[in-house]
Amino acid sequence: MADSYDLVILGGGPGGYVAAIRAAQLGMKTCVVEREHLGGICLNWGCIPTKALLRTSEIYHLMQHAGDFGLSADNISFDAAKVVARSRAVAKQLSNGVGFLMRKNKVTVVMGEGKLAGRGKIAVTKDGKQIADIEAKHIILATGARARSLPGLEPDGKLVWTYKEAMVPPAMPKSLLVVGSGAIGIEFASFYRDMGAEVTVVEVLDRVLPVEDEEISAFARKAFEKQGITIHTGAAVKVLTRHKDNVAAHIETKDKAFDITVDRVISAVGIVGNVEGIGLEGTGVKVERAHVVADEWLRTGEPGVYAIGDLVGPPWLAHKAMHEGVICVEHIAGVNGVHPLDLRNIPGCTYCRPQVASVGLTEKAARDQGYEVKVGHFPFIGNGKAIALGEPEGMVKTVFDAKTGELLGAHMVGAEVTELIQGYTIAKTLETTESELMRTIFPHPTISEAMHESVLDAYGRALHF
Amino acid sequence: MPIQILMPALSPTMTEGSVARWLKKEGDEVHSGDVIAEIETDKATMEYEAVDEGRLGKIIVPEGAQGIKVNQPIAVLLEEGEDASAIGDVGAAAPAPAAEAKPATPQPSRGNGTADTASAPRPASGERVATGVSPAAGEGPPPAPTPSGDRIFASPLARRMAAQAGLDLATIKGSGPQGRIVKADIDAALARGPAPITRAPIQTPAARPPQPAPFTPVTGDPSFTQKPHSQMRRVIARRLTESKQNVPHFYETIDCEIDELLRIRKVLNDGDLNLNLSVNDFVIRAAGLALRQVPAANASWSDDAIILWERADIAMAVALDDGLITPIIRGADLKGLQQIAAESKDLAARARAGKLKLEEFQGGTFSISNLGMYGIREFAAVINPPQGCILAVGQGAPRPVVKNGQLAIATVMTCTISCDHRAVDGAVGAQFLAAFKKLIDEPSRMLL
Repeated sequence: MADSYDLVILGGGPGGYVAAIRAAQLGMKTCVVEREHLGGICLNWGCIPTKALLRTSEIYHLMQHAGDFGLSADNISFDAAKVVARSRAVAKQLSNGVGFLMRKNKVTVVMGEGKLAGRGKIAVTKDGKQIADIEAKHIILATGARARSLPGLEPDGKLVWTYKEAMVPPAMPKSLLVVGSGAIGIEFASFYRDMGAEVTVVEVLDRVLPVEDEEISAFARKAFEKQGITIHTGAAVKVLTRHKDNVAAHIETKDKAFDITVDRVISAVGIVGNVEGIGLEGTGVKVERAHVVADEWLRTGEPGVYAIGDLVGPPWLAHKAMHEGVICVEHIAGVNGVHPLDLRNIPGCTYCRPQVASVGLTEKAARDQGYEVKVGHFPFIGNGKAIALGEPEGMVKTVFDAKTGELLGAHMVGAEVTELIQGYTIAKTLETTESELMRTIFPHPTISEAMHESVLDAYGRALHF
Repeated sequence: MPIQILMPALSPTMTEGSVARWLKKEGDEVHSGDVIAEIETDKATMEYEAVDEGRLGKIIVPEGAQGIKVNQPIAVLLEEGEDASAIGDVGAAAPAPAAEAKPATPQPSRGNGTADTASAPRPASGERVATGVSPAAGEGPPPAPTPSGDRIFASPLARRMAAQAGLDLATIKGSGPQGRIVKADIDAALARGPAPITRAPIQTPAARPPQPAPFTPVTGDPSFTQKPHSQMRRVIARRLTESKQNVPHFYETIDCEIDELLRIRKVLNDGDLNLNLSVNDFVIRAAGLALRQVPAANASWSDDAIILWERADIAMAVALDDGLITPIIRGADLKGLQQIAAESKDLAARARAGKLKLEEFQGGTFSISNLGMYGIREFAAVINPPQGCILAVGQGAPRPVVKNGQLAIATVMTCTISCDHRAVDGAVGAQFLAAFKKLIDEPSRMLL
């Protein structure tokens, strides 16, 4: 006799476990099938452990500049094994926390690989043996995504890493090539550079952090280059020659070709959905470009089967997956007032040094969409707190619809901006105009004042610059 | 008396936790403010500080034990002078009733200060819904567009966009939280096409009619279908209800003879000017000129004063599939027939296509509603505030008339004016109709 549930979720990552909790709150009998560990990539091999590593590199960087703050510190060094151990401990603690949440909400967790097995049915296998048959009124696919692999750049786990190996280096490489300058690539570039490695970044597009506003990209690039990171944009790694303990890379740009030799390579060239092995064949679930196609309520083409998170495509962000999970479950339960996700209100954060955070349209995207815009800028150099912190490098840019005063986008680079972007996200969600933002009192002295000033600047009223 | 240390509720939803680590051993001295343990809940681990002083007498819950209910004793603190024998029953693992338990000794050293030991609230029962059910079940408040009372909930952006577009927020149904009107609702309202009735250039008192009870069929009622209100239907309902309830209407009727008008119209239309004048074009022109002659009829009531309009902006009612709209011939008193004909044709066509611009149907100082084409002999129209008058035009048809004591046949068109008595008195209405009749009866006067 198969166990029967109102809702079964394949995948216990941030999308899946949050969907499960919300479903449990709504009184559904809920089950999560997870093949590896609760919390998914985010918590175990992504967002969280990298933040632990970046905290280490930030402190290490500060210690090396202790003199700037009137402090002295000698013989500053690190123990790579301990750095990694701390990162793993953080991930472990949080993964345990998710298990706790599942128990607390009476969500059944089945450890194994789940697969659609006919309408309303899921088969779970572990080590090739079938361990459970589950029946479900509703099924949410939340199997996430994995690193994309390019021909010739296939990760081998030793010399050519994905994010996963890059997170647990046995020792710090002396030199490193990062292929891809999205959030993942840049965070590792920043971490390893601050830990002392010679870092080269190769990006096929014409700028780093290509999803960010052009000015922010340019600002960040300058900062990275000042730190000693070598950046090649409009460039591609054509050949990797793997030697015993290093790799020769042949890099081509539009007008030149050259070779570099590095200890390790990190491939961060994008993400593909985990669409294989979950029984999609022969169902109405449509897969396009390695992602499951879902509508605004996260419904797939198969009745009763939904898909959320990285599996359904960009932006590949945990918080997007979580919100999709909640929306999907509330829609299933018929909760009143559920709205589809507004893609323009999803903040994105990159935890490099300096940090980058944004929400909404870039200036170019706004103009391309036909908006007449008002644009504000405010540099950290005009912000007292940033100067006091010794973090004068940064900028806040805001983009308004000149006609209605709608905040179309906000783009920030500099210290702590990942913690600040929520302010603009709230503003966007509440649909404030420039007027409410101008009348909002930002505490002094904080970096957040730069957010206020940027809004003022968009209307020619900046006070401190 | 030994003090029980209880598992505290670190958050309003916490019902159980675990002791991640004891930082004090049995027998250790504990001072107020000392961190004695780390408590793990959900995703967080928090440090616990002692509030009382004493010696840790007994650890009841070992490190790593999970699922410890809130308010269950986890350790016992001995006060000065007490020894282990005093632990006795206090150290038994039986949970003390929450109400009697001394407030937990440890307090979270970090956190939000809401470490209330009261039982953690479960989700409200109203939030529980049957699973996998029809969308009829739900949580949260019903999606009422606006709660009772006058306050309209709308985002700042929606307010600004509505103001820019001249939309009345009261006519828009909000789709945001608790029926809040958001940008998407304004976008949708604008996409549906313009609101049918002009926006008040002068604010009239925004008296809102009492909400009628929702329609519920009685057993035995014939079967029916419900047609959801369109935006336009709501506006018509609201504005005309307001008008009939608040504006003291009176009506005056006059018969016009249009044989001469029809003759001139035929001459002009048959001529080489490529014209296609309608009777209504003459009516608009005549009304415009009559308003210039009797400016007191081109008036609006406001709380402070009567507004006398210096130009005759004549709104003409155009019937649509689901309602009507009133595009405006601006300065009809200043425009010739040819221009009026061209404009009214263009406005009517675009009105039916839903392509009027906002400024083309907002404002207006006087309205004309013509149902002659339906064979209506005469009718009285409802005033469109803040305008002061509306002229209802019937069909021009051959009728017996008495001329010089003789029975004769003339093409008669009966017109009825509805006036807002607050702004336009009976005599003024009569003067207007007389002037209007003269222009219609003797259309050569329109040349002047």
